[in-house]
Amino acid sequence: MSASVLYDVPGPKARVRNRIYGALSTVALLGLLAFIVYKLDDTGQFQAELWDDYEYSNTHERILDGLLTTLKTFAIAAVLSVALGAVLAAARLSDHRPVRWLATAVVEFFRAMPLLIMIFLLFAAVFTSDPMWALVIGLTLYNGSVQAEIFRSGINAVSKGQGEAAYALGLRKTQVMTSVLIPQAVRSMLPSIISQLVVTLKDTSLGFIILYEELLFVGRAFAQQTEPVNGVYAFIPMVIVFGSIYILLCLALSSLATWVERRTKRSRKGAPPAMPVNNAALASEAGQIG
Amino acid sequence: MNVLSDNFAMFREGFLGTVELTALSALLALVLGTLIAAFRVSPVPALRVFGTAWVTLLRNTPLVLLFLVATLGLPALGLKGWDSFWLAVMALGCYTSAFVCEAIRSGINTVPVGQAEAARSIGMTFSQTLGQIVLPQATRTAIPPIGSLMIALAKNTAIASGFNVTELGSVQKTLNADAGYDIYVIFAWIAVCYIIITFAISGLFRLLENRLAVAR
Repeated sequence: MSASVLYDVPGPKARVRNRIYGALSTVALLGLLAFIVYKLDDTGQFQAELWDDYEYSNTHERILDGLLTTLKTFAIAAVLSVALGAVLAAARLSDHRPVRWLATAVVEFFRAMPLLIMIFLLFAAVFTSDPMWALVIGLTLYNGSVQAEIFRSGINAVSKGQGEAAYALGLRKTQVMTSVLIPQAVRSMLPSIISQLVVTLKDTSLGFIILYEELLFVGRAFAQQTEPVNGVYAFIPMVIVFGSIYILLCLALSSLATWVERRTKRSRKGAPPAMPVNNAALASEAGQIG
Repeated sequence: MNVLSDNFAMFREGFLGTVELTALSALLALVLGTLIAAFRVSPVPALRVFGTAWVTLLRNTPLVLLFLVATLGLPALGLKGWDSFWLAVMALGCYTSAFVCEAIRSGINTVPVGQAEAARSIGMTFSQTLGQIVLPQATRTAIPPIGSLMIALAKNTAIASGFNVTELGSVQKTLNADAGYDIYVIFAWIAVCYIIITFAISGLFRLLENRLAVAR
């Protein structure tokens, strides 16, 4: 806090004032929390019968099934999207103009389309009986295009002299790419790649809307079949349980990204982890939205 | 090719639905995001903790889950009488506010400390420093990322089609189910609608950026 742009190191008067604000805001936040808990209790969300189902091993199996379906979808989509990203990035960096244009058009189009609209199209026209592949291919096309931009900017971020020096030594185009540019670029782009994978993981839940039986779908089916207790449906327990699973999964993956970022910053060799595009550094700090 | 002319009223309603949903959620996201950003840079630890928790939770929650919380959870907690449109605005606005908060906060962090120190050393008060030195510079850096967030928000509104809101996604779903039309043609028209919206947003933000641009 010592080097903040917004204020100096507080003096005695400001310290007292900050302490008063601190106390007031703590009280207000605790009050808010208490109100939420009161409201949950008041509307009968803590009735034991609503939570009983979560003790059965049958329930655990169904949750596990949903979780595995989500993870399987994520794994396939992650591998395919990184592969597609690599291909598209290579095409965008190509020396042949038609290849470059085609790749640019593909990347720009799929990045501009809402993912769900793509999935609706695939589900209605191609994979009518197989929501999983509609979801996986949709995720691959969208995230692959985003990954392509990450790869491209990572490779462009390697200082120009590196490539020029390699050409001067007589390396061929492919050699320059694989043995000079890519090894240096991977360091700087790894955190962004992982952040985009978090987005992919979160977006697997779009399968819910096309009735694919992933984690969230299992959750809702579960809440709907639980008998209402005194007129209260089991939605809130479901949201709490399944929400925590999602948040834990995504947090684990995001913290991997943060850890990698810190490691790459620590090293003295190699390209700096900052991204090249003007505001990309900001964007990576702000996390990817979708 | 007559998908559009046959269903023009439906397309118009869907288009306006998406625009309204985007505009209102953007408003909520900007207001809430600024407030949470203020919390996160404040000297009060309790508010900082609250801001961090808000951002971490919302950034790591799938938007579909937030929609479920809004459409099933809030009514269960006694928030009766809200229609699905406003619940969708709540979900989209809260989700995007976490990202807006981070964009604003990193905008503030890019202002060099020397700027504020110089301002204080010539005797400017806290509000003068904030209003005339820090915020104008922070806004300029924060605008491009906020622009891309608003485009992402416009694309995310499609999720509302799964929750009884009339917008472009639900138009596509209805027409797809109606067997008479070519599904790719429907997609093409829906795509055109989204491209109009995202182009308008990026144009607006480019305009803002140019108007506010200053040689630094």
